Amino acid sequence: MIGALPLPAPLETADVQRALLACVAVGAFAPTIGAFLVQKRLSLIGDGVGHVAFAGVGLGLLVDVWPVWTALAFAVGGAVGLELLRAKRRVAGDLALALFFYAGIALGVVFAAKAGDLDLETLPYLFGDPLRMSTGGLAAVLVVGAIVAVAIWSLRRVLFAVVSDEGWARVEGLPVDTLGVGLAALTAAVIVSGMKVVGLLLMAALMVLPVASAQLLARSFRQTVWLAALIGASSAFVGVIVGQVLHLSISGSIVLVAAAVFAVVSMARRTLPAAVKSAA
Amino acid sequence: MAEPRVAVDVPLLSAQGIFAGYGREPVIEDVSLEIRPGEFVALVGPNGSGKSTLLHVLLGSIEPSAGSVRLFGESPDRFHARWRLGFVPQRPTLESEVPATVREIVSSGRLRQRGWWRRQSDADRTAIEHAISSVGLSEVADGPLNELSVGQQQRAFIARAFASEPDLLVLDEPIAGIDRASQRRFRESLVHLQREHGAGVLLVSHELSAVADVIDRVIVLKRRVLFDGSPAELASSGVSLGIHEDDLPLWLEGLR
Repeated sequence: MIGALPLPAPLETADVQRALLACVAVGAFAPTIGAFLVQKRLSLIGDGVGHVAFAGVGLGLLVDVWPVWTALAFAVGGAVGLELLRAKRRVAGDLALALFFYAGIALGVVFAAKAGDLDLETLPYLFGDPLRMSTGGLAAVLVVGAIVAVAIWSLRRVLFAVVSDEGWARVEGLPVDTLGVGLAALTAAVIVSGMKVVGLLLMAALMVLPVASAQLLARSFRQTVWLAALIGASSAFVGVIVGQVLHLSISGSIVLVAAAVFAVVSMARRTLPAAVKSAA
Repeated sequence: MAEPRVAVDVPLLSAQGIFAGYGREPVIEDVSLEIRPGEFVALVGPNGSGKSTLLHVLLGSIEPSAGSVRLFGESPDRFHARWRLGFVPQRPTLESEVPATVREIVSSGRLRQRGWWRRQSDADRTAIEHAISSVGLSEVADGPLNELSVGQQQRAFIARAFASEPDLLVLDEPIAGIDRASQRRFRESLVHLQREHGAGVLLVSHELSAVADVIDRVIVLKRRVLFDGSPAELASSGVSLGIHEDDLPLWLEGLR
């Protein structure tokens, strides 16, 4: 374990510092990928993948395998399967998501109950528990974050082209299906990496809420991505401190801060549209 | 100016005896057509005449039940130089609320040509600038698309198709509901692409008055090809493309 850095309260302990770093990292990279999902009109896919990952958690508890691995396998399988069904137009997007939501969560409950763990054991996976994050867990979060950042940065133009206008991209011969599957797999990895930080269910919120705020302020797609990462990271920072000072759930506080940012931005945008525009 | 990339005797696009449909009843029957380099062809027909089905067959996104299609001499699934084909789809706006600038949209059109994994080169940037200025959007290039008029948005999507400097441009109903000024700009940019690059143009539209004087051939489709010839020949059968702008749509509706 690395010793604690000399930071003021409430950040003085190593536990809180690890939690802060993990939350800020997840807060930055989740909305980065989220911006592409929103542009693809799949803002709810994170939620669907989170529910499917819970089935993996349940199976891991049942067969006594580290639940992160089983959650990752389920999440990647579910996200890629969903993308293939959607691209082949076999199922309408939102109906396919609904199917995954319900089948995933039900399967998770069945597995976890069978394992006798449907109690406090499962809650941290759903709603996060950043204060009990190990150094190894933190390292895993940072590695996934770095992979997402590199992948998004190097593919940004073609990903933008494909998520903005899929029909056109197909005619142009861009690798629509490959990129769709890649984006789905990356989404699954991001959701699972945030599982022990803010939880499977709140991770999806962190992917989308900062993007919703950023798109109201930004003037380009590029700005939207950067601003969403900034808003996500700041919401996480403020959320950790608010949670510690007021003795509230950290993951809940982070998402509430992100929601409050959206409320303030959209109200300001409505009342002062001219000012926001000229400032941008 | 660049050397022509296509031998003049190979059609950019050809279709032989195409049958296609979704159920038992074919939507199009025995359609044959050809577009050669530098040719400006308009495809017209009443609503439900199979124009859109035919277009998808020609672009390779629908498999015909009979007949064959050749893009630049190759079957659509083997045609990999896709950047040589510029496509302007019917839907003129981005569906998402996320802002995107004209330049971001137009840059997408250049990806296939340079290899989407490569960095943007100076030549790419020049081509993108040129495409934006040819549709008259230079002044709003860095502003969000969703703050522009429908006509300006449509021009941005045309510029996206121009950015790859295509040899064949296919446009699906690009002028429906856009303002006069945008229509004029639209005409100028098509003529520019056709004359400067020797590109072929296939325009699917109801409204041809804006481009009537530059059309080489008109193909009238109603399940089958009813007419394939010059505007002058069509005029001799009593239908004009330009003088009264309602002539063509009215006549087409009469065919239903």
